[in-house]
Amino acid sequence: MSTEVAPDNTSDTEQPATYKVIGTRPIRHDGADKVTGKAVYTDDLHLPNMVFGAFVRSPHAHARIVSIDTSEAEKMPGVLATCTSADLPDPWDKVDNLGEGCVNYAHLSGNVLARKKALYKGHAVAAVAATSSHLAQEAARHIKVEYEPLPATMSVLDAMQDDAPLLHDDLITHTLGDEPARPSNISSHIQFKKGDIDEGFAAADVVIEREFKTATVHQGYIEPHVSVALWNEDGRLKIWTATQGSFVVRQQMSELLKMPVSQITIVPCEIGGGFGGKISVYEQPVAAVLSRKCGRPVKIMMRRDEVFEATGPTPGSFMRVKLGATKDGKLTAGKAWLAFDAGAFPGGVIGPGAMCVFSCYDLPHATVDGFDVVLNKPKTQAYRAPGSTHVAFATECVIDELAEQLEIDPIEFRLNNAAQEGTRRVDGPVYPRVGLVECLQAIQKSDHWKSPLTGPNRGRGVACGFWFNCGLKSSVAANVNADGTVTLVEGSTDIGGTRTSIAMQLAETLGITAEDVIPQVVDTDSVGFTDVTGGSRTTFATGLAAYEAALDIQRQMVEQAAQIWECSPDDITVANGVYQGNGRSLSFKELAVQADKVGKPIVGRGAVDPQGSTNAFAVNLVDVEVDPETGKVTILRYTACQDAGKAIHPSYVEGQIQGGSVQGIGWALNEEYFYDDQGHMRNASFLDYRIPTCYDLPMIDTIIVEVPNPDHPYGVRGVGEVPIVPPPPAIANAIYRATGVRFRELPMSPPTVWNAIKGQNTGE
Amino acid sequence: MIEFEYAAPTQLDDAIKQLTAAGDGARVLAGGTDIIVQLREGLRSADLVIDVKKIPELTQLEFCGEQGLHLGASVSCRRIYDDENIAAAYPGLADAVRIIGGWQIQSRASVGGNLCNSSPAADAIPPLITYSAQAHIAGPTGRHVVPVEEFCTGPGRNVLQQGELLVALTLPPQPSGSGSAYQRFIPRNEMDIAVAGAAVWVQLDKRGERIERARIALSAVAPTPVFAAEASEWLSGQPASEEVFAKAGELAKRVATPIDDMRGTAEYRTHLVGVLTKRTLATACERART
Amino acid sequence: MKTHVTTTINGGSVEFLCQPRQSLLEVLRDELSLTGCKEGCNNGNCGACTVMLDGLPVNSCLVLAVEAEGAVIETVEGIAEQGHLHPLQQCFLEGAALQCGICTPGFLVAAKALLEKNPQPSEQEIRFGLAGNLCRCTGYDKIVRAVQAAAQTPEAQSPGLSKRPGLLSRTTQTEAKSL
Ligand SMILES: Cc1cc2nc3c(=O)[nH]c(=O)nc-3n(C[C@H](O)[C@H](O)[C@H](O)COP(=O)(O)OP(=O)(O)OC[C@H]3O[C@@H](n4cnc5c(N)ncnc54)[C@H](O)[C@@H]3O)c2cc1C
Ligand code: FES
Ligand code: FES
Repeated sequence: MSTEVAPDNTSDTEQPATYKVIGTRPIRHDGADKVTGKAVYTDDLHLPNMVFGAFVRSPHAHARIVSIDTSEAEKMPGVLATCTSADLPDPWDKVDNLGEGCVNYAHLSGNVLARKKALYKGHAVAAVAATSSHLAQEAARHIKVEYEPLPATMSVLDAMQDDAPLLHDDLITHTLGDEPARPSNISSHIQFKKGDIDEGFAAADVVIEREFKTATVHQGYIEPHVSVALWNEDGRLKIWTATQGSFVVRQQMSELLKMPVSQITIVPCEIGGGFGGKISVYEQPVAAVLSRKCGRPVKIMMRRDEVFEATGPTPGSFMRVKLGATKDGKLTAGKAWLAFDAGAFPGGVIGPGAMCVFSCYDLPHATVDGFDVVLNKPKTQAYRAPGSTHVAFATECVIDELAEQLEIDPIEFRLNNAAQEGTRRVDGPVYPRVGLVECLQAIQKSDHWKSPLTGPNRGRGVACGFWFNCGLKSSVAANVNADGTVTLVEGSTDIGGTRTSIAMQLAETLGITAEDVIPQVVDTDSVGFTDVTGGSRTTFATGLAAYEAALDIQRQMVEQAAQIWECSPDDITVANGVYQGNGRSLSFKELAVQADKVGKPIVGRGAVDPQGSTNAFAVNLVDVEVDPETGKVTILRYTACQDAGKAIHPSYVEGQIQGGSVQGIGWALNEEYFYDDQGHMRNASFLDYRIPTCYDLPMIDTIIVEVPNPDHPYGVRGVGEVPIVPPPPAIANAIYRATGVRFRELPMSPPTVWNAIKGQNTGE
Repeated sequence: MIEFEYAAPTQLDDAIKQLTAAGDGARVLAGGTDIIVQLREGLRSADLVIDVKKIPELTQLEFCGEQGLHLGASVSCRRIYDDENIAAAYPGLADAVRIIGGWQIQSRASVGGNLCNSSPAADAIPPLITYSAQAHIAGPTGRHVVPVEEFCTGPGRNVLQQGELLVALTLPPQPSGSGSAYQRFIPRNEMDIAVAGAAVWVQLDKRGERIERARIALSAVAPTPVFAAEASEWLSGQPASEEVFAKAGELAKRVATPIDDMRGTAEYRTHLVGVLTKRTLATACERART
Repeated sequence: MKTHVTTTINGGSVEFLCQPRQSLLEVLRDELSLTGCKEGCNNGNCGACTVMLDGLPVNSCLVLAVEAEGAVIETVEGIAEQGHLHPLQQCFLEGAALQCGICTPGFLVAAKALLEKNPQPSEQEIRFGLAGNLCRCTGYDKIVRAVQAAAQTPEAQSPGLSKRPGLLSRTTQTEAKSL
């Protein structure tokens, strides 16, 4: 069930615009291909003469690499090339922003193929190309690597200790204060301050401070990482790959291989999910080097266990959050101490985590300390609203406890303190018009909230979430065809229907139908620079580019019309796709047909780089039932409400909300990297890393709130990420009401829940 | 995967000859849902894979009220629960084969394969134990029969000798007033490996009030699926009541010697044995009455 | 050493050579270019590789291609009938039941098998029946609804569809073409 609500307090000047295309639900352009098995994903490519690569990976969580001997593998018939870090150019210490986080190329290169040390189990050490994938796997077993195992450090608090085994002996904490003299595993310490927290806490009647822990979790996209590389004799490199951003792959390849971007073409194939995990390169540079060495196209596809063990999960964390409030329910101050594991290399998601921790509330006084900590796990990556889910778990659970102690309804308490236009976040920015209050009100008005929950062992929980959403660079080109349709060429890879949501904005602007736009995602040689599909930015920023391209087309159409009708362009008016002038009138389509015969081709362009964030808020409501004998939690009913700004294609907005909510449910209840005492992940398969199946869930009801984003012509805010943020705390708060126990550790898996209930019953 | 050869004999004798000749390097393939994964992951190796699904005796599924159930070793889970009569007569077995993997797995996975793979967490083995099922084995030295209860000897190990095949399982006919059930605990609701499981078979008196005989078997709490003898025997003559079920659960815990692993701690698993035994007893008694 | 295998795929007779270690998934994708079935895990856990083998849904990554001798196989490529989408495909499109689409072929094959066995499944029956297929994008809501919607279409309710009259005619067509 989905409801769309116009916010109550839409002011008179903001009468919702009436659109012809936006807000409708056309069938996506790539739909037929995808339901008939014709859509081409990277692994579907089979180039002539193609060979297959496989990795050799570290069996140790931490080890010095003493030697690598590839000779035996190279002698095997059918083996064509091997590769180690010695085949990659010496890396440089340079930092770049990839859209959803920064990367240091020295670290990236060392992650792609380990240099002196293997820093986590599964760290790639060497690779081989052979004429079949079976043979490549077999040959990989014949590459002899000698290791000197080192002690490993696996939890963020342990890794921060003075006597912890060091991963990088040159890692000096990056901090605003004095740099420490000695290296450690703490790669950075960030700090935000607002007001005076001592004053704030002094003014509070109730102060609650709690500690929270979350496990490492994976994005869990169903398509493994896969690439095909072809390094031509003329020195040009072409890579077909499953990526969220073809241009950022080109940028990374250029830096890692030290070759100009103009020599590299990245062809984005259809992509089977990413969620932040398919931005960094892994197998691409290795496939490229192998291709250069053997002169043939090389395909590398990771096995599922490699995906778990060696691509970026999102961090485990330790958090301490303290909040104070007055008797009448006003928050006075907040303090957060956050340590996130970055994995084996610096640069985790602590930055956004620290910015988001108090982002839902108007807190007069706050401080936040955040630590980025390296340890012997795979390098972490973004996962849908990176960092925000962790901190929301901490903050929203404390908020719930405060409301309870103050005997204030949890939604009223949040409404009392909700961030709104003018609220300054702890890291500085002041919000423009945002929709948190509207989301809370929409939940209050929902049938779900109004229906009482009855029965034993049941409880209801609520929680809020925030994600910035970003702008960044996007380009499109749009060509008007002789039949009045428009081909839209774009660089944003389409992970969940963005071809259509972008095409719809072009169509709306031009006054044509969504079906009259033919969107194409093209390679890096065929469109202008476009940042990743990530940061919830694609429908917003690439949509904005499409809007600009449409205006550009419209200008050209007006000129053509003026020529045909022998009048001045100034005498021509355009409304709803109808061009009028000199007593005549033609639809866009009719005019395009005529223009094709008389004038020059009509080509629109749009290139944008919107700054700042568009600020998405979400509120979730959940009912659970807990089996007191087993600790198993069943989700009975789920309602997710979110401010979309404007839902271009409501079905796909609902889809993002539902998919994100379910990922959040998985994170809350069962997903975790389970490590043994050797630092080996024991559950690197979809059978044991338990993402939800459809039999674990109810329908996910959605409420789309539309508080238009003032910085977009159609009010779009972007929707992809924030849905994952509220589920863990909403579920924790619901479990509390079902059991009387507050859970402060993720996942809240059956053994944990059972243990806690048992402890409560026996008074432990 | 390492290279191997493939044979699909249509006669039991041929299969045994090929198995014997290939010695250590031979692997039997039934539904392949364990063995193909193990070969691919390098957990087992093979020079020769012998597909036994073309041997008529192994795919035979016959049920009659008087004789009981003859279950060919490579009959798929799906064929068992698709047969309404079999599912009604052996509901504990039906419970298990309905939850092994998803539908795609059940189209292929066999109960014989589940038994021969001999995982401590195998779902079909505890119900077989509670029915006192017999495993019919054929090999180079002839045929013999082993109670399923004695079939598994350790994780992934069993009584089969080189060259031997499991041909079929036989389950005795079910008298009226008997009932059975299997339940496992998993964190998800499907597609998961048992953290603990309990199968129960009961024979109630004519009035459906008293337990005449009971058999309880457990999965995932010992190196092999185990028969809970003490709890089973204690139940004879007890009333079919919630208190009795709970007490039996406590007794069943005594045979549980689980390990701590990613699926749960030993303490949690042992606790689950009590819960699951209690719950399956209630279901089995309920079924025995109808 | 390669083995010669003769099968019927999507109504047409197909022969191929394969090594015993090659899975049916691998042969369908790499040798026969039927890349509609996807590899998500290669160990039976995700259902992306689901195809019909002799009338039953299986994970093709857990079938050896040599086992397919004499078998009848149907893949996602065979679901649409002569230029017409199957009601399930249509309902998936109209109901936005796919995002990245990598899981979609597996869901369609499994859902079609489900409806053929149980034309009017309840929500729980659909969820149980599709539990062997993982989707990480949609949260399953729209997939379940699309299957419910497909079950309500007149085509799905006519027994003709489940018997697949198209199968025969397509076989003839394939044969005619190859003459
Ligand atoms: C995704 C997934 C989910 C699963 N879920 C479950 C679950 O929920 N519960 C559960 O118990 N199991 C589960 N399994 C494991 C597996 O499906 C079962 O154990 C299944 O019953 C094995 O049967 P099979 O016919 O596929 O066996 P195979 O893989 O063909 O064989 C299994 C073993 O037995 C041997 N063997 C087979 N037949 C014979 C014979 N006649 N004589 C001698 N040896 C023989 C084989 O050599 C092999 O060692 C799952 C597997 C997967 C991939
Ligand atoms: S690829 Fe076969 S089940 Fe995942
Ligand atoms: S649509 Fe992406 S996995 Fe299902």
